[in-house]
Amino acid sequence: MNLSTNSLGSSVKFRHFLSFIFKILSLLGLLLGLIVLLVLIGDLIRRGGDRLSIDFFTNFASRKADRAGILAAWVGTLWVMLITAVLTIVVGVSAAIYLEEYAPKNRATRLIELNILNLAAMPSILYGLLALGLFVHQMKLGSSLLTAGMTLSLLVLPVVIVASREALRSLPFTLKEASYALGATQFQTLVYHQIPAALSGIMTGVILALSRAIGETAPLITIGALTYIAFLPQSLMDSFTVLPIQLFNWLSRPQEEFHANAAAAGLVLLFLTFLLNGVAILIRIKARKNIKW
Amino acid sequence: MMSKALALIVFFAGFQSFAEKVAIDGSSTVFPITEGIAEEFQNANKGIQVTVGISGTGGGFKKFCRGETDVQNASRPITESEIKACQEKGIRYLELPVAYDAIAIVVNPANKFLSEITTEELKKIWEPSAKGTVTKWNQVNNKWPAEEFKLYGAGSDSGTFDYFTEAIVGKSKSSRGDYSASEDDNTLVMGISKEKNALGYIPLHYYMENQKKLKAVAVVYKGKSQKPDLEAVKSGAYAPLSRPLFIYVSDQSLGKKHVEKFVTFYLKNAIKMAEEVNYIALPKIAMDMTQEHFQSKKWGTVFKGHAEVGMKVEDLMKKEKQ
Repeated sequence: MNLSTNSLGSSVKFRHFLSFIFKILSLLGLLLGLIVLLVLIGDLIRRGGDRLSIDFFTNFASRKADRAGILAAWVGTLWVMLITAVLTIVVGVSAAIYLEEYAPKNRATRLIELNILNLAAMPSILYGLLALGLFVHQMKLGSSLLTAGMTLSLLVLPVVIVASREALRSLPFTLKEASYALGATQFQTLVYHQIPAALSGIMTGVILALSRAIGETAPLITIGALTYIAFLPQSLMDSFTVLPIQLFNWLSRPQEEFHANAAAAGLVLLFLTFLLNGVAILIRIKARKNIKW
Repeated sequence: MMSKALALIVFFAGFQSFAEKVAIDGSSTVFPITEGIAEEFQNANKGIQVTVGISGTGGGFKKFCRGETDVQNASRPITESEIKACQEKGIRYLELPVAYDAIAIVVNPANKFLSEITTEELKKIWEPSAKGTVTKWNQVNNKWPAEEFKLYGAGSDSGTFDYFTEAIVGKSKSSRGDYSASEDDNTLVMGISKEKNALGYIPLHYYMENQKKLKAVAVVYKGKSQKPDLEAVKSGAYAPLSRPLFIYVSDQSLGKKHVEKFVTFYLKNAIKMAEEVNYIALPKIAMDMTQEHFQSKKWGTVFKGHAEVGMKVEDLMKKEKQ
């Protein structure tokens, strides 16, 4: 390298300039995302904001736009999310633990791992078709709450498995060694040390997965949930409706007033998603505090 | 075997629901009437759960003939293959006309040259052999401009598609495939209102709700030109594109008290509800005949698997009686 002090100086300036440009570009990327979100929310508020009232939450759907509400839809959404969460946590975390801690490291395991990653990229409507054949027709569960919960759970399982494995893997190996050194079994090590330590990562994965599931429409329409419902579910086998489906139904009507209702329902759905993400952050903070190494 | 075992497991897990239910599915065209009736019925009868799905007439009949639903919304009569499917499962049914609907031929408001169209011209545009070859207005009628048209129509799961093809092309489900198809009529309205050279067919009430965005074209049938409106549909003058809408009720379901109660309620309120949701109600005399048909429990269909084009419900019900 044969650089004069002069050219070195200008080259340093140039590099600083480049890094400044990069910073601006990153900032623009962030702003673009935020602006789109703000415009979306502003648009929804403009279209449907004045439909948000207590009645809107306590009324069932109706053929009259000003009387129509989302009672069945938001209760249905909470039910479906609850069922999905329980199924996903139990199955997803177990699968992750097995793959990470127990599975032999051979070709079959690698094949399974690869396919889980592939599954995460499957279009959601295919899960709907699978559920239609398996849950609705074969197992005769109908288009019930249980079917919906199982369908959405299938849909988000790959994400949860991958996130949980990452969380377990990122723990320092010394944690395990210390536990073994004190005579703990593998099971005790998992239950008392690894899972609590990985909990914040696992829960983040679960909640991110749920906030994807909460907005899903296609697989639920496939299992036959595009339905007028004016009652609250009383058992897992009852028919149901959820917010995205109610939204879809209102948008497909010719009358403009129903489109305002759809915008209002969209706001509620957005708020629920924010809420879920908020809970994820809280859990993460709390879980981190509880780790005392 | 496997499926039965799984069904049993679920049953014993205590997930069974004991609420009284009326399960309805089928046509999106009949949906607004049935939805309104279901709403009023549940207000009057707390505790009975009524669900109204939108699977299209074809999709709905599949469920109905498997015994999964109690009531079927249909924007066309049951077809031969559906009659067979129901027979195989031993499902008998009542066929009850509840209202009229019509299909409107619509174009963009900017279209100045098209104010009426003959059924022959419509056939020229929509028959399967037109696919890829008939693409310009002047190929259909040489007084029309030499510009390409854009077609919009119902998707193949919809009763509107079945009825339109039967009435215009002469054979149900026989249509060209190169057009923008949607089961969602709003999509069609949007498309036609934005495209200067658009031509499409949609259920009449979608035109009624969007008269500023669309222009309806009169249909010339047997030398008579007729614009679509409520009166013309009721009197039978808007032929061949007006049609009766039905509900079908299965015999097993009618054995359940709450389903019978629902259907009774439906027939009693159908005229009022049809008018309220901007549909064309049956004339009272035709509704009385539907009532009578329901009381006398005459099972089966009068159509032998084909929609009769341009028939009034009164004539139809006379046929049902025989």
